[in-house]
This record gives sequence, structure tokens and C-alpha cells, in this order.
Amino acid sequence: METAIEVSDLVINRGKREVLHGLTCTIPRGSITGLLGPSGSGKTTLMRAVVGVQLVASGRVSVLGEPAGSPALRHRIGYLTQAPSVYDDLTVRENARYFASLYKLGHADADAAIEAVGLGQAAHQLVANLSGGQRSRASLACAIVGRPEVLVLDEPTVGQDPVLRDDLWARFRTMAADGTTILVSSHVMDEANRCDRLLLIRDGHLIGDDTPAAIKTTAGTDDLDEAFLRIIRQQEKAAA
Amino acid sequence: MSPHTLASTIGRIVRQLRHDRRTVGLIIVVPLLLLTLLYYMFDGGLLFDRIALVMLGIFPFIIMFLITSIAMLRERTSGTLERLFTTPVGKLDLLFGYGIAFGLVAAAQAAVAAGLAYWLFDLDTAGSAWLVILIAVANAVLGVALGLLCSAFARTEFQAVQFMPVVALPQILLCGLFVARDSMAGWLQVISDVLPLSYSVEALTEVGRHADPTGTMWRDLGIVVGAIILALVLGAATLRRRTA
Ligand SMILES: Nc1ncnc2c1ncn2[C@@H]1O[C@H](COP(=O)(O)OP(=O)(O)O)[C@@H](O)[C@H]1O
Ligand SMILES: [Mg+2]
Repeated sequence: METAIEVSDLVINRGKREVLHGLTCTIPRGSITGLLGPSGSGKTTLMRAVVGVQLVASGRVSVLGEPAGSPALRHRIGYLTQAPSVYDDLTVRENARYFASLYKLGHADADAAIEAVGLGQAAHQLVANLSGGQRSRASLACAIVGRPEVLVLDEPTVGQDPVLRDDLWARFRTMAADGTTILVSSHVMDEANRCDRLLLIRDGHLIGDDTPAAIKTTAGTDDLDEAFLRIIRQQEKAAA
Repeated sequence: MSPHTLASTIGRIVRQLRHDRRTVGLIIVVPLLLLTLLYYMFDGGLLFDRIALVMLGIFPFIIMFLITSIAMLRERTSGTLERLFTTPVGKLDLLFGYGIAFGLVAAAQAAVAAGLAYWLFDLDTAGSAWLVILIAVANAVLGVALGLLCSAFARTEFQAVQFMPVVALPQILLCGLFVARDSMAGWLQVISDVLPLSYSVEALTEVGRHADPTGTMWRDLGIVVGAIILALVLGAATLRRRTA
């Protein structure tokens, strides 16, 4: 399978601490890869490195064969930040149209992105007046509006009701089927089962990299939460 | 930088402001109220002519400095700047976007304020009102450029607001409005000489005294434009695609 994202020996310092310690992984094209780990484990940091906004101490990140963050990639990548990053003092439609314009796309594309995240009814509303879930979908609309080949989503479904969450996952699935590579972080295990592959990360170390089924089989349980726990225990035992 | 991205960035910034009617109202009305206050303080005399003329240049500087530093700080803290840096947008699209968008707003503000001063309060200048507006807009853009730069050194809106007195007050005190620049102590003159507002105030004074634009006025305006470019270059250096 073709590789979309390749991370090798990635070391990142934030503040005075090292938060990723020589992380290596590859992410195949046209798949959904889940990045799983407890809060503070380094998910956002890794994603920032992939989209090219994170200072890197050492190691390499390449995306679609180019170094992460290179100008050629900026037309081909979409990033949903963990906290919604849209303009509060613009309507949903104005936000989507602005981000669409950066990719030289027009109003129809902006409207399509708004429909895709189920905000058609709220398109004319100021983002400041939206609920938390709506706001994060407005932010998602701006991440997918450029029809990126690589889509990096930092906790996209937090605060969404279950039906919407299901719709969004169906949407991600369709995009992946069309060839989009999706890297999505979550700390909700039931979402992890929907991914093609999982990267388990803890304290800045990669502790698992496989399909959800294989991870469960190796750990000897069909509960992902439990599997995650067993992997951690095993590694702690091995280290001791 | 691309003309298309620049244009849509300007449009976006103006739209943001348009949704904030109260801010737009304040931008336009506050200078009018202050001019009215000056008019009655000085009974519309000669002193009014001198001070109102200088104020027409200082209002846009202060207001645009404040608005830009807050707007840019919001871009940084809301994550929109981080996201923008993953898109094809260029740093110059952002810097010029803010400069031009707020420059346009400042032109409207300066025109309204000058209109009031000239027609209702009989402001008397030997030179043209258009030159006054031109210098006012240059001052506004200077405020924008310094605001963009200073926003990099503030983490909160409280801090950003504090830069206003730091950046603006010394310039206003030393620009020659309160004490003529050549009768200040030598070291104060030196400071005054490196502050850009001193030159825009001198340019305005030239317009007040001479019917035709003078060489000094053009030189002063050139210095202000130079200061704008310098502040924008320094501002660009504070915009980092990659952060820690
Ligand atoms: N701006 C920052 N400055 C200093 N440390 C940070 C910063 N952002 C995150 N960190 C630290 O880096 C580590 C990883 O954070 P993050 O990547 O956000 O984790 P996650 O997304 O998995 O919750 C955490 O220990 C966090 O405290
Ligand atoms: Mg995170």
C-alpha cells in the first residue's frame, strides 16, 4: 500500500520538556488512521508536525513525498485544530467562503462543505452564536472545503450528538474511499473501531500500530479499552 | 502573495468589522466627539486650528493601532492563524490584508472627521484638505503596522491594550504638539527625531501653513511610509509558520 505520511525518529520539545521521543510510523494512503492516547500524550503535537506548524527538534516528517509544511503541500492538506479555529465575528458561510477562496475555490464549494457537516440551516448565523458542537462543525467545514488529499482531524467529534457523529464518520468513510488519507485523533474508544488502523500513543511513545482487530487479538480481548490497558501493562512489565 | 488571496483577505477583515456595528460606530463617532470637545474648549480660535489639524492625524493612528493589535492577537489565540499557515495563504497576504482593510476604514474615518472640522468648525488650513486626509491615512496604516508588530508581544487582550500608552503616548507627547521640538532638551529631541509620529505631525503643520505641498511635507510623508515598511518587515518576522 502506498504511504501518505511517513514519520521517522521524530523528537519534539514543548516548553522545556521533550514530548515526543523519537516516534516512527507510516500512514497508508486512502485510509482512516486513528491516533489514540490519553490527554497530554502528544496527539496534537504529532498532528501539528504533520501539517507543518510545529517546530521539530530532530527527525523527519514527510507527507505525500514532500517534507511536512512545504509550500507545495499547502493546497493538498486540511487541518482541523482541536479548539475550533473559525472567526467568531463572521457567519458560517463567510468563514467557509474565506477558506475556500484560499484554495481558489468558489461559493458553491463553500456551500457544499457546509452541507457536508450538516450546518446548512445555520449557514447565515454568526459563529459566535453557535453551540459548541455547531462551532466545531463550522471549523470542520473549513478544513474539508479545499478537498484535501490529506485530512488531519484533531478530535473532530467531541461534543457532537451520536446521530451527527455517525453522519460525520460516514462522511469520513466516503472521503477515504475517494482516496483521502485521514488522520484522526480521539480518546473515545468506540470511534477507534471505525478506523482502518490505530496508532496508540502514550507519554510521547508509540505503543501500538496495527488494525483495531489485530490490536484486540494480540491483547487477547475484544474490548479496545481493555486492549489498550493490557498493552500498557505489558510494556511496563517489560521495562521493569 | 497573490492578488486573489489578498483581495479575499481584505474582504474577510472588512466583513468581520461590519458584523461589529458598535465598533464601526465608535471608530467614526469618537473622533467627531473629541473634535467637538476641542472646538468648544478653544472657542474655535487659532489654537483650535493648530490642535484639530494635528488631532486629525493622531486619532486614526491610535484607533487603528488598538484595533489591529486586538484583531491580530485574536488571530493568534483563536487558532485561526495556525490554521491559515497550513493553507496557501502568504504572510504578506495577511500583513497587507490588514494594512489595506484598516487603511480603507481609516480613510472613511478621516474623511468624516475632516468634513466636520472643515465645514462645521471652520478649520482653516492654507493647504488642501485632501493632503490632510492623505497624511491621516498614512498615520492609520502606521498604526496598523505597529499594531501587527506589537500583537506578537502580547498574550492577552489586557496586555495588548497596555501597548497603546507605551507606543502612542510618548509619540504624542514628543511630536511637537505640546512643546515645540526645537525647544526640547537635546536628548528629548533625539527621541522625538526617531519617532515616526513627529514627522506626520510636522507634515500636517506644513499643510496648515503652506498653500502648496512643500518639500518638507513630502519628505516627512516619505519617512512615515518608510516607518510603515520597517514595522511591516519586523511584523512579518514575528509571524512564524512553525511554533514551539
Ligand atoms: N504550547 C505548549 N507549551 C508547552 N507545553 C505544551 C504546549 N502544548 C502542549 N504542551 C505539552 O505537550 C504535551 C503533549 O500535548 P498534546 O500534544 O497537546 O497532547 P494531546 O493532544 O495528546 O492531549 C503535554 O504534556 C502538554 O502539556
Ligand atoms: Mg490534543
